[in-house]
Amino acid sequence: MSTPTTDIAAIGIPHAPAARAPRSQLTRERTRAAWLFLAPSLVVLLMVAGWPLGRSIFFSFTDASLETIGESTYNMVGLANYFGPYGVFNFAAVNGFWSTDWGMAIKNTFSFALVSVVLETFLGVVFALVLNAEFKGRSFVRAAVLVPWAIPTIVSAKMWAWIMHDQFGVMNALLRSAGIIDQNIAWTADPAFALWSVVLVDVWKTTPFMALLTLAALQMLPRDCYEAAHVDGIHPVKVFFKVTLPLIWPALMVAVIFRLLDALRVFDIIYVMTSNSVDTISMSGFVRREIVDNNYVGFGSAASTVLFLIIAACTLIYLKASRVDLGGEK
Amino acid sequence: MKPIYLKATAAAALMSLAAFGAHAGVTVTIACGTVGQDFDFCKKAGDEWSAKTGNTVKHLTIPQSTSDILGLFRQMFAAKSTDLDVLNVDVVWPGIIKDQLLDLTPYAKGAEKEHFPAIVANNTVGGKLLAMPWFTDAGVLYYRKDLLAKYGEKAPTTWAELTTTAKKVMDGERKAGNGDMQGFVFQAKAYEGLSCNALEWVSSFGGGAIVDASGKVTINNKHAAAALTTAAGWIGTIAPTGVLNYGEEDARGVFQKGNAVFMRNWPYAWSLSQGADSPIKGKVGVVALPKGGDGKTAATLGGWQLAVSKYSKHPKEAADLVMYLTSAGVQKDRAIRGSYNPTIPALYKDGGVLKANPFFGDLYDTFVGAVPRPATVTGVKYNEVSAAFWNATHEVLSGKTKAEDSLVKLEAKIDSIRRGPKW
Repeated sequence: MSTPTTDIAAIGIPHAPAARAPRSQLTRERTRAAWLFLAPSLVVLLMVAGWPLGRSIFFSFTDASLETIGESTYNMVGLANYFGPYGVFNFAAVNGFWSTDWGMAIKNTFSFALVSVVLETFLGVVFALVLNAEFKGRSFVRAAVLVPWAIPTIVSAKMWAWIMHDQFGVMNALLRSAGIIDQNIAWTADPAFALWSVVLVDVWKTTPFMALLTLAALQMLPRDCYEAAHVDGIHPVKVFFKVTLPLIWPALMVAVIFRLLDALRVFDIIYVMTSNSVDTISMSGFVRREIVDNNYVGFGSAASTVLFLIIAACTLIYLKASRVDLGGEK
Repeated sequence: MKPIYLKATAAAALMSLAAFGAHAGVTVTIACGTVGQDFDFCKKAGDEWSAKTGNTVKHLTIPQSTSDILGLFRQMFAAKSTDLDVLNVDVVWPGIIKDQLLDLTPYAKGAEKEHFPAIVANNTVGGKLLAMPWFTDAGVLYYRKDLLAKYGEKAPTTWAELTTTAKKVMDGERKAGNGDMQGFVFQAKAYEGLSCNALEWVSSFGGGAIVDASGKVTINNKHAAAALTTAAGWIGTIAPTGVLNYGEEDARGVFQKGNAVFMRNWPYAWSLSQGADSPIKGKVGVVALPKGGDGKTAATLGGWQLAVSKYSKHPKEAADLVMYLTSAGVQKDRAIRGSYNPTIPALYKDGGVLKANPFFGDLYDTFVGAVPRPATVTGVKYNEVSAAFWNATHEVLSGKTKAEDSLVKLEAKIDSIRRGPKW
């Protein structure tokens, strides 16, 4: 004989995990309260992030221009902004896809992102190790290191553009007086140097950020491992690779992903410092150029949607590859 | 403590009174350029107009690069912004922003007839006078009189002569101790200014004007290729590699510091080079740009207009300010003290103007016969065509591609910008 309750249990509600206890009145109230408290931020998030994102994805299927978006007089064009002769993926271009402006923008952005993030991570860890050591005036140095990060990118980019100016710049003056070069080098104009000059400035600016995040991780490390290593007389380099690095690895990987996402959508530093020719244009720069300069809101939106997808894909690949746990469940 | 407090209250009361008083007139916001002395002149003329009418003029600071200014205006127009009443309009823009500008015909009351008819025609789209001519521009060649005399050279009449003279003087000066000496500076940053420079080279070699009047893309020809190849030969020889990132002011910086033999620039650089603080005061000459081979001399038509935004809340006052700033009196003052080329032919016969700018008389034909960029035929797509042209040129100058290959690519690119048989 079974009671009605066990009858239901016997039939089984397919999606309810069998082990879960029935929800109490209190739990349900708590859940409701949680949603209630979350609602305002969700609404704000939808308005400031969801709506614009949705709009630009929508515009990417239209032929909208800056004049017609206000009047709603644009037409739907399907996938024409993505594929075919007038799309971002024009595989039939005269010299192949990678010679199109968008192809070059992708190449430039990835070269910039990979090189700058690798350098910043390496230098950031070095700086953090130095700042973690005990020495006189440490707090002063820690504050001073942050200065480049505290200057707005536009300001520091303009500052460096002057430092690197081929005729008036202090960089050429120093290098020449030191006898390293005998002709002024056009750091931001010569295509051989332009992108790497930008990388240099980005490294200058962002290394403090990486150093700070790494330093935070270093300060959380347990002391006993080091005492044990000290007692056993392990070489400091070995201690770093066997103890320190594995322990700060998760934090470092999170810092790297922040930087990678940031670097993939780089715009301001390239826009201010270089000539903005296709030699150095970034994906974001391309999007701006198409929407603002050339007035193709539809086409530019398609490019920005692709940019969004590329960044999302990079994030997923990176998370899979480095097994970073952003959910905090492990 | 107390007296200070009282003083502050009194000051605040006075200020609110002043603010109240200013309410008699309206506030008109103007954007009028930041290159060279643009801002100072605009501020002065704006103040004069305020004093005359009781209205207030607010100045909007805009970027230096004309390409960036257009981007800014387009965003403001897209947002139907009322923050901008009067704006400066590059000679190539009327076709691009025609739907955002107010028809000035009723306010001009025929005053436009005093100006060069070609510029008025350029500013008239679909029968509407969208902008009043403010100053005109044409590329000219600045040279160092003293240096050419020292080496027994004349001002060049062909690009080939310019190349040899520049090299000779530059090498001589470098040997004499000025290691920073350059032969020739111009504008080769990837922006509208490079299109102006490159059009001058191409046109002077007989290579046409990118797109002809019928809308056909003509840029892929051997004269254009020869012109770009010649220019590419300057980079790193007579011109510093840095010109690839130079706008007008960068080139002027090098020239005015005394570190260049030749400079291609607009007339505005003249009065600055003759300023009291200029190291090259009295050592500068201006001539028409050189000819290409057996071609002709060509100067790109530049210049700025003033227009009123369709979204202005005070169109009447804004139009009045435009008419004042473009009037003969203000243009004469700007010509004498700032070497801004007037758009009123009568001023080119004015004694004061000619005394301040001797080359205005000699180069009158250059200013009147300047080569327009293909803005009329390409209409709203002009900026994109120009961007394709300056990017292609930039690639040739920086040595990444050969002129011939670059022009084949450019032709295909412009055809695809057109999307179909018609512009």
